[in-house]
Formats: sequence, structure tokens, C-alpha cells
Amino acid sequence: MKVVVVGAGPAGIRAVEQLVRAGVTPTWIEESPDGGGRITQRPPAGFTRSAAALYGADAGRARRLHATLDAMKPRTDWRPDTLVWNIRPQDRVLHTQTDGAAQAEVPYDALILCTGAMDRVLPLPGWTLPGVTTLGGAQVALKAQGVGIGAKPILVGTGPLLWLTALQYAKAGAKPALVLDTTPFLTKAWQAAGMMWNAPTFLRGIGIMAALRLRGVPIAEDATPLAIEGVEGATALHWRDAAWKEHVTPCDAVALGWGLKPESQLADLAGVPFDYDALQHNWVPRRDAAGRAPVAGVYMAGDGAGIGGAEVAELSGARAALALLADAKLPSDAALTAHLDGRLRTEARFRAALERAFPYPAKLAARMEDSTPVCRCEVITAGELRAAAAADAPEMNRAKAFSRIGMGRCQGRLCGTPAAEVLASALGVTVAEVGRLRGQPPVKPIPLQQPAA
Amino acid sequence: MQADVLIVGGGGAGCSAALHLAKRGVRVVLLERGLVGSQATGVNYGGVRQQGRHPAGIPLARKSREIWSRITELTGADVEFDPCGHLKLARSEAEEAELLRWNALAAEHGLHPRMIGRNAIRERFPHFSDVVIGGSLMEEDGSANPRLLAPALARAARAAGATILEHHAVTELAHDGAAFDVRANGTHFTAPWLLNCAGFWGGAIAARFGEPVPVEKLHPNMLVTEPLPYFLRESLGVVGGDLYLRQIPRGNVIFGGGRGESDAAISVTRPRPEAAFGAMQRAIAVIPRLAHAMVIRSWTGTDGEMPDHFPVLGPSRTTPGLVHAFGFCGEGFQTGPGVGAVLSELVMDGATDVPLEAFDIGRFTAAPGAV
Repeated sequence: MKVVVVGAGPAGIRAVEQLVRAGVTPTWIEESPDGGGRITQRPPAGFTRSAAALYGADAGRARRLHATLDAMKPRTDWRPDTLVWNIRPQDRVLHTQTDGAAQAEVPYDALILCTGAMDRVLPLPGWTLPGVTTLGGAQVALKAQGVGIGAKPILVGTGPLLWLTALQYAKAGAKPALVLDTTPFLTKAWQAAGMMWNAPTFLRGIGIMAALRLRGVPIAEDATPLAIEGVEGATALHWRDAAWKEHVTPCDAVALGWGLKPESQLADLAGVPFDYDALQHNWVPRRDAAGRAPVAGVYMAGDGAGIGGAEVAELSGARAALALLADAKLPSDAALTAHLDGRLRTEARFRAALERAFPYPAKLAARMEDSTPVCRCEVITAGELRAAAAADAPEMNRAKAFSRIGMGRCQGRLCGTPAAEVLASALGVTVAEVGRLRGQPPVKPIPLQQPAA
Repeated sequence: MQADVLIVGGGGAGCSAALHLAKRGVRVVLLERGLVGSQATGVNYGGVRQQGRHPAGIPLARKSREIWSRITELTGADVEFDPCGHLKLARSEAEEAELLRWNALAAEHGLHPRMIGRNAIRERFPHFSDVVIGGSLMEEDGSANPRLLAPALARAARAAGATILEHHAVTELAHDGAAFDVRANGTHFTAPWLLNCAGFWGGAIAARFGEPVPVEKLHPNMLVTEPLPYFLRESLGVVGGDLYLRQIPRGNVIFGGGRGESDAAISVTRPRPEAAFGAMQRAIAVIPRLAHAMVIRSWTGTDGEMPDHFPVLGPSRTTPGLVHAFGFCGEGFQTGPGVGAVLSELVMDGATDVPLEAFDIGRFTAAPGAV
């Protein structure tokens, strides 16, 4: 049986572990030079900072994950630096490109997609200036390369990653000029009971917030970012506090992020239907609790199958592999399956509270100024998108046809979420009704010049 | 709902017919299964090309080209029509001879392509490789944005009084000898005229009225690169048609060649990697500087293709009031506006100035000798 696992983050590592345990030798494809995922991002070989320095409270989990990753590589057909850019579900074949060149067709009988997530961004004036990146990007720079985006960065958005990244920067010696959380303190406090479903994580979050305050990092909650200022690069953030007083805070870099969105293009190309998850504010590929997609042979786990975080990714990765094994009538651990199902149910309750605690500020996106570029690849402004709505674009793909939104290099990975908010509010409908941008291969750009076969 | 004319299919031909009829005061209802311009009209290369057509198709292409000249005024919208010229390249002496042969034919039909010889092409297009040994330029040909044409025609048709109904898939079709009864989205529509502009699916409508034709699906395999410095104004083709390529002013190079595929079970069309690689290779062979450009998207859609490469265009042989316009074999984007005009003339005047003999559905359905 040919099993392919795409992705070697927490979900992929735990999926492969279960497959190998059952005697399966999967093909394991990872887009980066090494596995480890983003939260437990591995620095390149030769970097010497300790796990404790890199991952803080996640150090133990990171060490265990990386140990499993390294143990599993030789027991699989390990293919790092490899992009899966297309799927033909009718033939069960993946098209891959390694090191930006060598093409291969990888057949599969069963496929586990562990494709992860990316930051959800809310465009504001100045967001395309040099020095502006995402929270995830800022964190990866620190963990993978040991560099910060700036010495006095401003971190803007909402969600656990905002606070975690701020603390990591403070600990690394940067002096964050401001942590701006668009969510009011009380919105978060109200969800405290729900977040007790994962008490250690919740308490850690409280600890992070307290540690930042203790270090004297300026914090603004229930605040609104108005514009990033600068000419050659970001030099200040113009923002408004909860009392509607406006401020201009100098900085040398800005990181933005309002939660995460699944990187689910491969599920889309595989023909998996999507549903709108109103709580997460995301389109999520359809799967059952174990990770089975309604497309035969396709399984999904981790944030790519709906945002759950790194811990859930480990659980859901193992669970999807067990589902695959059970479906294939191969030995699978029934006790572990039951244990994982229980944990995943509990974590879902925690996640629901977390999503309520750090909501995507959809109204800010809907109110975006006409001149703000939503799509940075094609430089399409909110005003142009509203013009498309006025020209009778009742859904996202028609808006794309009229305005070029999502037609650029990123194919809407970045702009799709805020564009849907702008379009929905212009049309006076819900964001679910405007749909989502249809996926087309290649998932990421490939060069015209292909090596001779 | 009662109308004078029912149109099934909201591609370029159907939307143009709706516009031309509405402008003449006709009560016209257009039924479109999805959104207008979602299939062949919306996903094709965007070539506004007369060059290379069979002589039997030139009068229709010329009529349509005349409409393209006033497309902005006709639709009240910018559909990015640019008469940038269509340059058809020869990569061998045999291909060069083919260009000369067609140019002589075209001259008989009032078209004036111009040969560009080896030295001139090298001089004028320094980014071409030595593979290119000559070309033929049709200066009045060009390109437009396929995503904009059908919606622009539909918008103008609405403004002229037409009823354009999207998300109205036709589920029943009948004719009682005098009028058509069409059911779509739960509503009955009746009219003495029915225009079959349903693309590949037009074959099913023809079959419903006792005129089955051998129409096949055609899925053009399309690709686009990231924006590159602007270096190419003309739209390019090659003899044999296995590559077509143009650059839009913002820099992206749009090209195609080969065929995509479809999965009937889930009504999905997909570009084919093998076709994409072929087109990529042929593009680099002609323009080496594209080697390191990145393809950012590929796509396809569904057109109808006939075995003799002519569309089915003209009155039904079985059913009075039924007029067919489908199976445009990948060449319908240019002709769409003209086809709509022809259909409006057939309905209103009982005749058109475009010879339609070659496109008659009877070529597939009539008994030999019976015309």
C-alpha cells in the first residue's frame, strides 16, 4: 500500500510515527529543508542555541517531536525541499518539484495532508512597506535564523501568537515598542472558564501576558491600528486606544497577525468540499473527527484541516494515521485511538473558547479605507474590490475576474480572507455567502524551465 | 414567463444575442446555469483573431471584428480590447509555406496579413530565438480580457431591457409546434424562438430536438506567469496551433497549448501537467528569456468541438424557431459578438449577410443529398 504524508510538522511527524509502527513505509514530503513545523521550527544545521532558548515552555515538546522526526526519516521515503504543486485525485497522483526543479509524479493509495497554516492578515494603510511582516514570519525569523525583524518592533493583531511572539522578542533582547491587541481584555476574560479545558496552556498564556507587563512592554487592548507610517520602511504605527484617543508610536518594524488560516490548497485540488466555520472565521476542508475527507483515500490533520494549534496537530496527526490504518485493515492501536478521540474532544472545547477570546475583527476589515491595498501581489485596493461588487460580482471568484484580486503570486492565500470581508460587507451579505477563491495549480509558482526528463 | 426569444447559455454568443435583440425592442430572456461567461467565453486565451481561420469562417470573423471595434461603445465597459496585432510564427520552411498559403487565401476574403521575413523578424523581435524563421502579422487582430466580455455584454443587455437570469439551469425543454416551453430553476418560460447558445452542452439541446451531433468537450490548457518587464505587444500564435502566447501590459505572460481534462463525475475541469509542460517548453523554445519566469496559475474550462472544426450555427432542421449557435471549437471568443448579431438578424430579418452553409447542422443530421 502506497501511503504519502505531506508535511513534517507536528501533525505529519505523529502521523508517520503511527504508520511506521504499523509496518507501513510512507513517502514523506516536506516543502522546507527540514521538518519540525512552525511553532517548533528547527534552526538550520550548525545553529547552536538550545531548545530551551528557542522554544521556552515548548522545549520539551519540541525535543520529543524532533527526536521522532529524525528517527522516522530513515524509515520512510523522506523527501525534503519538495513542493507538492498539484494533485490528480482521479488517478491518485501527486506532482512534486524538488529543490525548485526536479519534477516527479508520486502515486498514492492513501494520502495524509498535514499542510499547516499561515497568518491571517488584516490590511491597513502602510502594510506593504518594508519592515512589515506577519507574526508568524517574525517568529520564524527569530527561531530559524536567530534574527529579529527589528530592535523596537510593534506587534499588532490578536491571538496567542501575538503575546507569545512579543515575549520571545523581549527575551531575545528586543524592546517591543507596543503590543496592540484588537480584542478587549474582557472578551478574553469571559472565556476563561472554557479555556480551562486546557488548563496548562491557558495558565501559560496568562503567564506570558503577565511576563510582558512585568518587563514593561507597552500593551494596548481593545485598540485599533490605523496606519503604518514610513517612507522607505515602517517607522511608526498610528493607532487608536479603547478611549478613542489617537497615538503615533515610533518603531523600526511591524508584525501583524489575527489568528491563522488553514493552508488547504491541496485539499481543494484533491476535490475535498469546504465548509465555512463561523467561529474560526475560516473555510475549512470537510473531514470527520478522525480526519477522513469525503474523497476516498484522503485524510487530513493539523492546522491545514482547521486551526487547532500545535498540540492538537500532534493528536490529530496520529489520529488520522490510525483512521487510515483501520480503513486499510492494517493493525491499529484501539486503545490509543480511544484516548486520542477523548483528548481531541476536550481540545475542541478549549479551541472554541480560544476563538471567542481572540475574535477576528471582521468589522475592521469591512470598514477598510478604499485606498488600502488588499491584494499586495496585484495591488488591488479595497475600493477596487467594492467597485467589482457594484459591477455585479456576487461572489469571490467573480470579484477576482473583475478586479484581479487573488490573481497574483500568492493566489489569494494572503488576501483571500480580508477580501471576502470587504466584498461581503459591500454586498450586504455574510462572508460565507461570498464563498472562497477556487484553487488552481500550481499551489506555489513553478519555473517554466523544467529539467530534461 | 412569456418572451419573444429565449436564449439558453450566457457565453459571448448568448449575451451578444440578448444585447442585439433587446436593442431592437425584443422581449428576450437569457437562461444561464451558473454566472454568465463562466465557461468557454470566460476561461479562454482572449484572442481576437481572424488569422488562420478557414475561408468559410472568415466572413463571420470579419463581422465580429467590426463589432469589436466598437465594443466599448456597445457595452459601455472596458473589456481591455487591444488591436495589438496577431503574429503567427513559422518554425520551419513548411510552416512558412503554410503562412504564405493562408495569406493568399485571406487576401481573396479582404484580409491583409503581412509576411515578416527572417531578417525583419530578428530585427523587430530580438527576444525570439533562432527557431523562429518568419511570421505573418495581422495588424487588426488583437486580444481582450475573456473574464470581462460576457459580463459586460450581459450588463448592457440588461440595460437595454433584456432579462438575464443566472443560476437558472434548464431542466426541461419542449416545443408544441408553435412555441417553446423551457423550465429553469422551477419557472416555466415560453417563447416562439429558442437560441441554443449552450456551448458544449448545446449538443444535448440539439439532441433533445432530434438533431444529435458529434460534439466533444474541448478543454484549453491555459497558464499565466508572474509579471515580467513588458517586452511583447503582439499576440503570438504558431503554425499548427500548439502554442499561443501574449503579454498583458501589467507584465504577466498568458499562454496555452494542449488540452486539459474533465471529470464528468464531479463536473470539474482541470489543467493537465503534461500539457502545461509541453506549452512551457514550446514557449521557451520561441522566447528563451521566459525560461526562468514562474508560472503562477493554470486553468481550463469547457468548450464544444466539432469533428470538422466548424461550429453549428444556423436554424434547426427539425424545429421551427430553434436556432443553434454552439461548438465553436476554441475559436468562439473572437466570433461571440458577431454570432450574437447574426442570431438577432436571423430572428428579426429572417436572413443574415454572413454565409452559414458550412455551419449548417444538416451536415451531421440530414440524409445524404437531402437539403
